[in-house]
Amino acid sequence: MSGGAELFPGPDRDAAEEILGRYPTAHRQSAVLPLLDLAQRRHGGWLPPAVVDAVGDYLGMPSMRVRELVTFYSMFHDRPVGRYLVQVCRTTPCWLRGSDEVLAGAREELGIAPGETTPDGRFTLVEVECLGACADAPVVQINDDYHERLDGERMRAWLRDRRRAEDD
Amino acid sequence: MTEPVRAADRVFHNLDGSGDAGLAGARRRGDWDDTRALVLRGRDAIQGTVRESGLRGRGGAGFSTGLKWSFMPKEPAPERPHYLIVNADESEPGTCKDREILLHEPHKLIEGTLLAGVGVGAHTAYIYVRGEFEAERRCLEAALADCYAEGLLGTDACGSGYDFDVHVHRGAGAYICGEETGLIESLEGKKGFPRLKPPFPASAGLWGCPTTVNNVETIAVVPTILRRGAPWFGGIGRAQNTGTKLFCLSGHVERPGTVEAAMGIPLRELIEQHAGGVRGGWDNLLAVIPGGSSTKVLPAAACEDLRMDFDGLREAGSALGTAGVIVMDKSTDIVAAIARLSHFYWHESCGQCTPCREGTGWVSRIMDRFVAGAAAPSDLDTLEAICGQIEGHTICALGDAAAWPVQGLLAHFRDELERRVAGGRRPLAA
Repeated sequence: MSGGAELFPGPDRDAAEEILGRYPTAHRQSAVLPLLDLAQRRHGGWLPPAVVDAVGDYLGMPSMRVRELVTFYSMFHDRPVGRYLVQVCRTTPCWLRGSDEVLAGAREELGIAPGETTPDGRFTLVEVECLGACADAPVVQINDDYHERLDGERMRAWLRDRRRAEDD
Repeated sequence: MTEPVRAADRVFHNLDGSGDAGLAGARRRGDWDDTRALVLRGRDAIQGTVRESGLRGRGGAGFSTGLKWSFMPKEPAPERPHYLIVNADESEPGTCKDREILLHEPHKLIEGTLLAGVGVGAHTAYIYVRGEFEAERRCLEAALADCYAEGLLGTDACGSGYDFDVHVHRGAGAYICGEETGLIESLEGKKGFPRLKPPFPASAGLWGCPTTVNNVETIAVVPTILRRGAPWFGGIGRAQNTGTKLFCLSGHVERPGTVEAAMGIPLRELIEQHAGGVRGGWDNLLAVIPGGSSTKVLPAAACEDLRMDFDGLREAGSALGTAGVIVMDKSTDIVAAIARLSHFYWHESCGQCTPCREGTGWVSRIMDRFVAGAAAPSDLDTLEAICGQIEGHTICALGDAAAWPVQGLLAHFRDELERRVAGGRRPLAA
């Protein structure tokens, strides 16, 4: 894969160019994080090596400079994740308000441990550090959305409903 | 007890999101009211008013905002434009105030960005938004689009003759990018490795150009300070600790939330009047982390007459930090509560400096031994020694921030740690 046309087809090309337009032309590299995010969204929520290299080509950056970003920043994934990325905050303010029960609820409902993906590829469960919504603890981020003031039962119910809705 | 902040003195009137966050709602609350006149006051006057107000940075370090702005070169060189960066990479555990501004008061932030931009001689600003804050970013971008459509930003912003552009930059998940030079590296498309200072960003920041980095809350209060004057802001709180402040109340309180109160409000009043009190009553309080996870934990005995401002908390042996108040009642396993923070710093250490990269892992593993009741007698001294070896020996303050919570635990709950030494775990209170 090479070139912006294949990497960011159709409307994504406009989005990519709009992102590039935010930075001086001499500093295209500044667009790399938002462009990696855009690419990840278009490739099933993760960044295969070929896509990472294509982003590097697009910006004129060496592959290694881009790959090290993918491993440095926690929102980039260098292996496939489920369609729903369930991120349970584990840091103290959430823990004080019951994040252990929320995690237990998710484990039970999904039948997987943190770091695992359900066999159908639908859900990936992970524990994450502070999501920055401490007054609304405990918090779980599922894809782009924050789910706040949860408990184990509400976590289970959300996952159950989601699965049923997809099965229908 | 001091008065809680009077409604008339409040800066934020839509923190809870009950009103319209859009431009029409913001205008009804007084935002963008003759901003042109404020811009036309010019750089020196804006800087002077902010300096006289006593405003100190709301992102944790508490440095004088006006003084920081004055470090920018007097005359921008054409090939080295000035930049303003707004730090919206809110990630300090216990802190969730900037998020409320992005969601519910984005126009206060944008108007403040324009005025602060004038104050530092910048024509371009970047707002670096925490990557996970997708809803917040959308609110901000929608507000920005309205501002451009109305001529409040862009060429001849507000009809003032001053050109000003604001761009949003999304982070991608890294606590270290809240550190101002780590943020600049990240904005340049690199790993968020903090830089050695000097040079400070005011001389060589973004792309080597003079740059000021300010927290969201700091910037969002600027328009109100300019409208109401330095004496008004300076008259709230006490000298060196002026103005109102957003406090985030999390943990074991009846009504967690983010509230605006006068600087210096007693902790007890803050918790009881603004957060419904400690779960189970004030006497059920075990400890408070008063200013975000990086500040030292204080036991209940120290909380009785605690003044929530920079000096009050420094005198108590902690710090105001971001004013993220984490409340813990007597059911809390305090060792586990701090161990979770140690794990956080281990996870978030960028790995650039050896004392932090290695030390945070050692601290976290030792803390886990205490949590499990499996610590060796020598672990107490080892813990103390490692913290001392991290603190002050790293490029940025993350190392210090990793040491302080554990040092606070050692200072105030040493007996609790001693009880965990290979002697079995204390049963939790009911």
